[in-house]
Amino acid sequence: MRRILLSLAAGILLGLALPSFAEDKPADAASATAAPDAASGTAAAAPPAPTEPFMIEISKINSGDTAWMLSSTALVLLMTIPGLALFYGGMVRKKNVLATVMQSFAITCLVTILWMVAGYSLAFMPGSAYLGNLSRFLLNGMSFVAGQKVSVSHIATNVPESVYMMFQMTFAIITPALICGAFAERMKFSAMLWFMGIWSIVVYSPIAHWVWEPSGWLAVKGQLDFAGGTVVHINAGIAGLAAAIVMGKRVGYGKEAMPPHNLTLTVIGASLLWVGWFGFNAGSAVAADGRAALAMAVTQIATAAAALAWMFTEWLAKGKPSVLGIASGAVAGLVAITPASGFVAPVPAVIIGIAAGIGCFYAATSVKKMFGYDDSLDAFGVHCVGGIIGALLTGAFVSKEISGMEGSVLTQCWGVGATLIYGFIVSFIILKVIDMTIGLRVTEEQEREGLDVALHGEHVE
Amino acid sequence: MKLVTAVIKPFKLDEVRAALSEVGVQGITVTEVKGFGRQKGHTELYRGAEYVVDFLPKVKLEVAIQDELLDRVLDAIQKSANTGKIGDGKIFVFDLKQIIRIRTGETGAEAL
Repeated sequence: MRRILLSLAAGILLGLALPSFAEDKPADAASATAAPDAASGTAAAAPPAPTEPFMIEISKINSGDTAWMLSSTALVLLMTIPGLALFYGGMVRKKNVLATVMQSFAITCLVTILWMVAGYSLAFMPGSAYLGNLSRFLLNGMSFVAGQKVSVSHIATNVPESVYMMFQMTFAIITPALICGAFAERMKFSAMLWFMGIWSIVVYSPIAHWVWEPSGWLAVKGQLDFAGGTVVHINAGIAGLAAAIVMGKRVGYGKEAMPPHNLTLTVIGASLLWVGWFGFNAGSAVAADGRAALAMAVTQIATAAAALAWMFTEWLAKGKPSVLGIASGAVAGLVAITPASGFVAPVPAVIIGIAAGIGCFYAATSVKKMFGYDDSLDAFGVHCVGGIIGALLTGAFVSKEISGMEGSVLTQCWGVGATLIYGFIVSFIILKVIDMTIGLRVTEEQEREGLDVALHGEHVE
Repeated sequence: MKLVTAVIKPFKLDEVRAALSEVGVQGITVTEVKGFGRQKGHTELYRGAEYVVDFLPKVKLEVAIQDELLDRVLDAIQKSANTGKIGDGKIFVFDLKQIIRIRTGETGAEAL
């Protein structure tokens, strides 16, 4: 069954891609000749803005911006491995820690290849308002000719296309890894690989296209999402909720004790997430400039405000300020400032942080208990809810002076709503299909024994 | 011969060990255990999920002794492990049928 599905998937991808091989070279040649023609024409007519990647002289690349983007890419990768791996790893029971870090690590490897094969093209190439074309299938056409030319994305003409592609890859990697928090301690590894692979192509790339590719329908509508509050966090969070609902609660949930086995790991993970997030937010400026610098500042401010807000709320409500609480509050702040980071000033950043710290605290505690779903590590409570708070407040606090753009809470609702609806429905369908074919959950015996031994044949002492 | 087992508060181990040394006990086996009697546990909170932790960490020690030493050993343990607060622990005395030293094969009193 798996071999049939694999061959089918490969066949579909190849079938879609083959025509685009023929299209690609003429398109590059056309845009290469169009630019000199326009330049040599009348001075009054400015060349139309490029709508797809093109080749430029290597001297035109901005080395400062490129250096920052290379660094940011590394920072964002560090957020997943080992940041998220440790953040989640410390929160599960010891018998499942290896399986949990394996999820982040394996997704990194899987999505890297899928992004290279088709994900990047489907997200960041023009095509329709809903999906990019496959002209960059297998990164075909993205090139560097030593000493002469390099291709650049139409979205970021100051840096080589390969670093833009890589930067975006790290976002495509962390988004599915976040979902794992919702179904921790009970999902089959094979089912997880299938789900994440399909989800990356069918949910992540389209939504990234809608918001970040200039011809995407949400971009055209004026959706403001600087670094991925919608594309990454609301998206991952709602998929997490779908997974928690489809897969059901852990065996013994509500009756047996399931405390985190090592919060030291969680704090290390949260710290790596925080520092790495400078790459995530400030790197989304795709430039080493004042905007990136301001994005870094508001990121730090909102995160600290959110951590304190969660900590004080918990202290008042429950009696003690916990380590897990302050770490979670920081992550909630990071999530909420993500869409706003290139658009808001420091004081609104404090407000966004406080709103996320308090809002996510209640989402992860009272709301979860009220509805009874087992979102084990609060992928929905922190990432979806934090993302929604951030996305809406971005509309409220966007500064035209800082960003050159305008927006409103109402406009933001389009992106939030579309992501919630599309994300939930498609994730739900993918999960159900996998459940009906190979099954999503491990057996009860495997769950009791622990996934480390049951799925990977390993354990930690 | 007797096997004396005592469950005590972990931080008292050094004191008890010193007291046993003074009465002439030369060997001791120590295990980390969990347990409760009348001492209450505590509550832990992880993101809104509350856990009542009944089991408290304790230390169990075992010493094999000659019958003649019993009273002095019981006294030594009870005095050195005592804090006066609930949770100090208990001492259990068992009759010991046989002891063998693995290295030499000695048995009985020679093996102590």
